[in-house]
Amino acid sequence: MLKSATALNRFGLGGMGGMGPPADLQAWLESQLTRFNLRPAPIAAATGTKELVTMLREARDGRREQQQEAKAAGTEPKPREQGEPGPFRDLRDAYTAAVGLRTDVALASDTPLVERLVHFWSNHFAVSVDKVAVIGLAGAFEFEAIRPHVLGRFSDLLNAVERHPAMLLYLDQAESIGPESPLAQRAAQRGRERGLNENLAREILELHTLGVRTVYSQADVTEFARALTGWTVGGLAKQPLLRGPGPGFWFAAPIHQPGGRTIMGKRYGQSGEAQAQAVLDDLARHPSTARHIATKLARHFAADDPPPALVARLEQDFLRSGGDLKSLYKVLIAAPEVWNAAPKFRTPWDWTLAALRATGVRALPGRTAAGAFTQLGQAVWKPGSPAGYDDVAASWAGPDALYRRVEVAQRIAERTAPGIDARKLADQLFPESLSEATRQAITRAESGPQALALLLASPDMMRR
Amino acid sequence: MLLHRRQILVAGSAALFAPTIAFAKAETERRLVFVIQRGAADGLAMLAPIGDPAYRALRGDLIPELLQQPNLGGLFALHPALKQLGALYGARQALFAHAVASPYRDRSHFDGQNVLETGGALPYDRKDGWMNRLLAMLPAEGARGLAVSTTIPTALRGAVQVSSYAPSALPDASQDLLQRVSTMYAADAQLHALWEEALQTRAMAGDLANPGRGAAAAGKLIASLMTGTQGARVVMVESDGWDTHAGQKARLNNQLTGLDAMLAALRDNLGPAWADTLVVVATEFGRTAAANGTGGTDHGTASMAMLLGGTVAGGRIVADWPGLGPSQLYEGRDLRPTISLDALIGSAVAGHFGLDPARAVPGLFPGGGGKAIDGLVRT
Repeated sequence: MLKSATALNRFGLGGMGGMGPPADLQAWLESQLTRFNLRPAPIAAATGTKELVTMLREARDGRREQQQEAKAAGTEPKPREQGEPGPFRDLRDAYTAAVGLRTDVALASDTPLVERLVHFWSNHFAVSVDKVAVIGLAGAFEFEAIRPHVLGRFSDLLNAVERHPAMLLYLDQAESIGPESPLAQRAAQRGRERGLNENLAREILELHTLGVRTVYSQADVTEFARALTGWTVGGLAKQPLLRGPGPGFWFAAPIHQPGGRTIMGKRYGQSGEAQAQAVLDDLARHPSTARHIATKLARHFAADDPPPALVARLEQDFLRSGGDLKSLYKVLIAAPEVWNAAPKFRTPWDWTLAALRATGVRALPGRTAAGAFTQLGQAVWKPGSPAGYDDVAASWAGPDALYRRVEVAQRIAERTAPGIDARKLADQLFPESLSEATRQAITRAESGPQALALLLASPDMMRR
Repeated sequence: MLLHRRQILVAGSAALFAPTIAFAKAETERRLVFVIQRGAADGLAMLAPIGDPAYRALRGDLIPELLQQPNLGGLFALHPALKQLGALYGARQALFAHAVASPYRDRSHFDGQNVLETGGALPYDRKDGWMNRLLAMLPAEGARGLAVSTTIPTALRGAVQVSSYAPSALPDASQDLLQRVSTMYAADAQLHALWEEALQTRAMAGDLANPGRGAAAAGKLIASLMTGTQGARVVMVESDGWDTHAGQKARLNNQLTGLDAMLAALRDNLGPAWADTLVVVATEFGRTAAANGTGGTDHGTASMAMLLGGTVAGGRIVADWPGLGPSQLYEGRDLRPTISLDALIGSAVAGHFGLDPARAVPGLFPGGGGKAIDGLVRT
C-alpha cells in the first residue's frame, strides 16, 4: 500500500497543517515535475551573481586598504569585534538574505518533491561559506546554477555548476594557472612562480561525476587540472590582464596550459575552453557517473544502504536517457523500494522544515533561519567539506543533536500553538502511521503548546 | 528509569556484537583525547625537515620563517606557531612522529578520514570506529566516550553507546517536557539511547553551557567534560580547516595558533589529571612535498602526528626519514610513508591504558596496525 506519509515526508518536505493528503499520491508527485516554478518571485528578486562578484571585489579591495593602512601605521590590523561592520558585511547580509529566501520558498512550496531535489543537488555539488570568498555567492549558486537545471539534463547541470564563480572560487580553480601558459612564463622571467591547483579537477572526478575509487588515477587528476586552466572568474583580479570582460565566468586564454591532454586514455586535442568542456561532456555520460548518481539518489530516497535493485534501475535509466533527470525522478516515484522502506532519520534541515510547515509557518526572517540551522548542526551552504553534508542517520542521530531538536520544538510550539490542535495535526501529518507512543504523549500533555512540542519532537517527526 | 550503558547494550541487538573479553580489569583513571585534523594537515610545515637538502627548493616562499626555527636535534624544526607544544616537547611530554601514514594511499579526504577513523584497510570496510572498539576493551565502569560535537564522528561510532556535547545557544527546554520526551522515546531503541546520553552529558556540562569563544575556551570546555565522577575517559575533538590549497602560510599559521592554544588550555584545565592523559593529534594524509602554483600545497601521502600528555615518553622525534629527493618521494610528489600511523596510535593507546599491545593493536586497527611500537608511553 502506498502511504500518504511517505509521499508527504519521504518525497516531500513534510505535510502542511490544515491540508489533507492528496488522493492519488503518485500522480501528485509526478505533477510536480511539470508544475514546479524554476524562478519564483522571491528568487528572481535576489541579488544576482554578477553583482555579488563585484561586491566581492569591493570587499577584497576594502580589506587590502585596511591592511595597508595598518602596515603604514606600523600596527597589526586589529581583529574585528563580533558584529562590527567589516569589508565583507554586505556579502554576509546577502548570505543571510539568501538563507531566508531558500527557507521561505521551501516552507510555502506546493511542489516539495522538486524543492527537495534542488536541495539534494545543491548538496551534491556542495560549496561552503566556510570559505570567505563564497559567503555572498552561495545563494546565487543554488538559485542560478542548480535550480534552473533541476528538471533538465545532468550534463547541463554539471556545466552550469562548474562554471559558476562560487564553485571556481571554492575549489581554487579561479587561481589555477597553466605552468607553461603565457602568463606563467612571463611571471617566471620576473622570478615569480605561478602554477597549477588540482583541487577542482579532483573533486569533479571524485565527488561530482565518476565517484571515488572508480576509474581515474592521480595522473588523470593532474591532466584534467591542466585542461581546466583558464576557467576562472572575471571582474576580480587586480591586474588588468586578468580582469576579463566583466564579473562572472571567464575563460582566460593567457593562463590556459597549451597543448593536448590525455585523460583516462582519451586524447583531448581541443584548444581553449572547449578542451575541459569536452572532458566534462564525457564525464557526464560515463557509466561510473551513472552509478554514482544512482547510488546517491537511492540513498536519499530509499535507505542509508541503498537497495541494489533500485540503484541498478536508476543507473540503467541514466545511461538510456542520457542523464535526463526527470526520467530518474519518475523511476523513484514508481519504486516500491522507496514506498516500502523503513523511515529515514531526518537531517536538521529536513526536520526543521517539517516542523515549521506543520505548524503553519510560511516565512522566517533570514537571520532567524540561519541561526536555527546553525544551532541544529546543519548551517545552510556550510558543510565541512566539498563532499557536502552526509545523507545517513549515523551522521545526524547524535545525543546532543537530538536534545537541540527538543529545545527548538518547544520554542516553535510556544510561538505557534494557539489555534493548533496537536491531536488533529498528528493525524493529518501521519494519516495511517502515527505511533502509539506519540499519540499517548500528545493526549496526556498538560497544555496545547506542550502537546505540540511533543508532536514536533516525536519519533514520527524525527524520521521521514 | 536510567538504564546503564551496558544494560542498554545487553537489552538491544548490539549485544550480539559486543566483545566478550574485557582486556583490562580495573577501572581506569587514564584519559585519551583524539584530535583529528580534517583536511590533510601539512606535516612538512608543522614539523619542518629543515635539515633535508631538498626542502628549501621544494617549498620556496612558503617556509622562510620555518628555516629560522631552532633545530630540535636532528633534521627538524617545529612551526613557530606551536609555542606551547614546543614547551611540552622541552618538558618531555610531547613526542612527534614524522613520515607516518595510515594504510590509505589515494588522496580523497573523505576516504582517508574514514580509514583513519575506522582503522580498516580500505575505505568503508568497517562501520565501527577504533575509539568505540577501545571503549569495549576498557572496564565498563566509568569508561565513558564523548564527542565534542553535536553528532558522533565515525571513530566513536559502534556498539558501545557514547555521548556528544557542544555548547548551544538555544533556550533550555522545561524539565517537565524533558521527562515526557523520555517517556515518549522509551519504546524507540535508537532515540531512547541517544536521549539518555544527552541528558547525562547535559547534566555534567552544567554551568559550562556558555564557555565563551575561541580555542582556549574550547580547551577549557573539553577539560571540564573529562573531570569529575561522570567525566569522559575517551574523547574525540574535530579540527577543521587544514586543506590549504592556497594562501597556506597565513592560514596554517592561524590553524596552528588555535591548535596550540586549545591544547595548552586543555593541559592547564585538566590540572593533576594531565598526568594521566594522552592526547593524539593526527590527520588523514599529508600534502605534496612541493608547493603548488597558488601559494599552497595539494593532497599528498605521509604527514606527521603528535602524542602529548603526562604519560608520553616525550622530548623526542620518531622518524625513519625517507628524504625529499626526487627519487625518494612517493609517486614522485609526496613524502613517502615509513611508519604506520595505525601502529603508532594503536601502540600508544594500548600502552596508555595498560592493554596487551599484541591483541589491542590489531583489534583497534585491523587494517594496517602492523607491529606494535615499543616505548611510546611511560607505563
